[in-house]
Amino acid sequence: MSSPGSGNRIVQWIEYRLPIFSWLDHSVGSGYPAPKNLNYLWNMGSLAGAALVIQIVTGIVLAMHYVPHGDMAFDSVEHIMRDVNYGWLIRYIHANGASMFFLVVYIHVFRGLYYGSYKYPRELLWWIGLAIMLLMMATAFMGYVLPWGQMSFWAATVITNLFSAIPLIGDPIVTWLWGGFAVDSPTLQRFFSLHYLLPFVIAGVVIVHIWALHTHGSNNPAGIDVKGPQDTIPFNPYYTVKDLLGLGVFLIVFAYWVFYNPNYLGHPDNYIPANPLQTPPHIVPEWYLLPYYAILRAIPDKLGGVVAMGAAIGVLFLIPWLDTSRVRSATFRPIYRQFYWILIADILVLGWVGANPPEGHFILIGQLATAYYFLHFIVIMPFVGWFETPRQLPDSIATSVLDKGGGVDSAKEGAQ
Amino acid sequence: MTGRCPTIFVRPVLAVVAACLALLAAGPLMAAGDGRAPKSPGFSFQGPFGTYDRAELQRGFQVYQEVCATCHALKYFAFRNLRSIGFDEMQAKAIAAQYEVTDGPDEEGEMFERPAVLADYMPAPFANDNAARAANNGSLPPDLSLIVKARAGGEDYVFSLLTGYEDPPADVELGEGMSYNPYYDGSQIAMPPPLVEDGVEYADGTKASVERMARDVTTFLTWAAEPEMEARKRMGIKVMTFLVLLTVLLYMVKRKVWRDVH
Repeated sequence: MSSPGSGNRIVQWIEYRLPIFSWLDHSVGSGYPAPKNLNYLWNMGSLAGAALVIQIVTGIVLAMHYVPHGDMAFDSVEHIMRDVNYGWLIRYIHANGASMFFLVVYIHVFRGLYYGSYKYPRELLWWIGLAIMLLMMATAFMGYVLPWGQMSFWAATVITNLFSAIPLIGDPIVTWLWGGFAVDSPTLQRFFSLHYLLPFVIAGVVIVHIWALHTHGSNNPAGIDVKGPQDTIPFNPYYTVKDLLGLGVFLIVFAYWVFYNPNYLGHPDNYIPANPLQTPPHIVPEWYLLPYYAILRAIPDKLGGVVAMGAAIGVLFLIPWLDTSRVRSATFRPIYRQFYWILIADILVLGWVGANPPEGHFILIGQLATAYYFLHFIVIMPFVGWFETPRQLPDSIATSVLDKGGGVDSAKEGAQ
Repeated sequence: MTGRCPTIFVRPVLAVVAACLALLAAGPLMAAGDGRAPKSPGFSFQGPFGTYDRAELQRGFQVYQEVCATCHALKYFAFRNLRSIGFDEMQAKAIAAQYEVTDGPDEEGEMFERPAVLADYMPAPFANDNAARAANNGSLPPDLSLIVKARAGGEDYVFSLLTGYEDPPADVELGEGMSYNPYYDGSQIAMPPPLVEDGVEYADGTKASVERMARDVTTFLTWAAEPEMEARKRMGIKVMTFLVLLTVLLYMVKRKVWRDVH
């Protein structure tokens, strides 16, 4: 859509009454300028949006066949897998889609962390994004309960029991959450209701996220502000076609899981019907929650573990201020950049510990990795920001694109 | 896009990938119980183009009928599904008619027995879990419809378990009625060795060795757990081909559109 209202009279008629074409143009069209140096990590936002749409569409179809009742849920899932036309396809897309959604969202978050996308003036954008991530976790957890297999049931038991750590009112809260005195059909039914509701809440918060994004525009790999039209290109066609290319690659990876390895990311125990009398030997969450699970178990006290797990995400809300450097992009921060990759390794270690039973050396490794996680944000981030000497920033996005050599010879000033 | 991007990313990304590979090599992501790692005998249905061998499926169904079904239910298996493993309609109806199912109530309000038809599901060997435990020394034989998906190691595990019975080592004292099987979590299993040489007489004349029967019934149970697998893999090839071509085209369009920016 080039200049809105041009040409077509029907378009003009609508545009005069409801300026939807100019709105689109300013949102994802040629009227929305974007930095010209965005790399492929900037594809993740549109991919997350695509993943959300895929989850909602497949989820609506699944809900037509699923029965949210303790006695029938497991059978109804097998009914979907065996008797519903292409039910297996819809369910495998939905189940693996959750993993794909988290995959792109985590890359999106770590991209923001690397390039300082949380810094002025994008603090609220970052907060809204974290809110989306929390909503996703709640939605994914409740969705995982719905097949009512062994892991569903015991995950629901473990996670709802976390609320019993709250002093004084913990136990009544857990009973209230369960809708009874144990995880049972009422729990399943309310989880189904909320699992259907929350994706639409996410969609609403995503709109606010994009609103905040479009107020100051995308950050970019150089982490410097757009200084003029020479630094930008129109979103359409440049980033629409680049996002479509990313979508193609994303769907290839997605299709691999759905068609060739649909159960790898799940747990075999979830094909055993829920049994309140038999606890599985190892209760583990899906891979995307493993690092938090490791942090939860690293603290040998229930309330302490819950607080630590909450703080692991809570601390992310504070990093716009914990990061004291005025340079956004880690590309120009030689010290911080190394700590960034150590943090990534630390989180992978946490995930590995979370997948294993809390015994032997896993306990110590989990505790050290948890300690380092908080050390990174609370100590390393502010101190590196104070003491590090950043490399010289490029003059502008345009010069950083032209100068592919690395250093910036025409730089007049260093860190701004 | 900056020309610097590769040098920024390649090394750390490689490091992370290497770390992931090291973690994967160090052991499976999910702890798979304490049993011995299963054998991998190789099955025709494995791999992206794998399909079920119809003769194996039918022989495996016979092993289930004559051996496993004594104790194990197969609740998601309907007789109409026999069509999918290569029986024609007459054969499937004849097999179904061997089973009695409870129907009703009739006009007098009584339940009655009748021969099964294609729409019926495989009857369970026991009326309920308690009856199953009472007949099996207190142990509950699990339903086998999903057993291949419900165990770490899948078909390899089921095959290994069926062929993995051994005499217990000197230091192991077996519980009453238990058998020693190192592939089972804890090595003591309540199921006695189910397969013996020539335990079934195959309709197609195949020699019924323990390995042959284990392979056949494992194939059948994999099909029972994943009856959609062949359709899924066939569709996967089409979808993948389409997506790869589309992505190549998108790549070329992207190059063309961006030519003036670079």
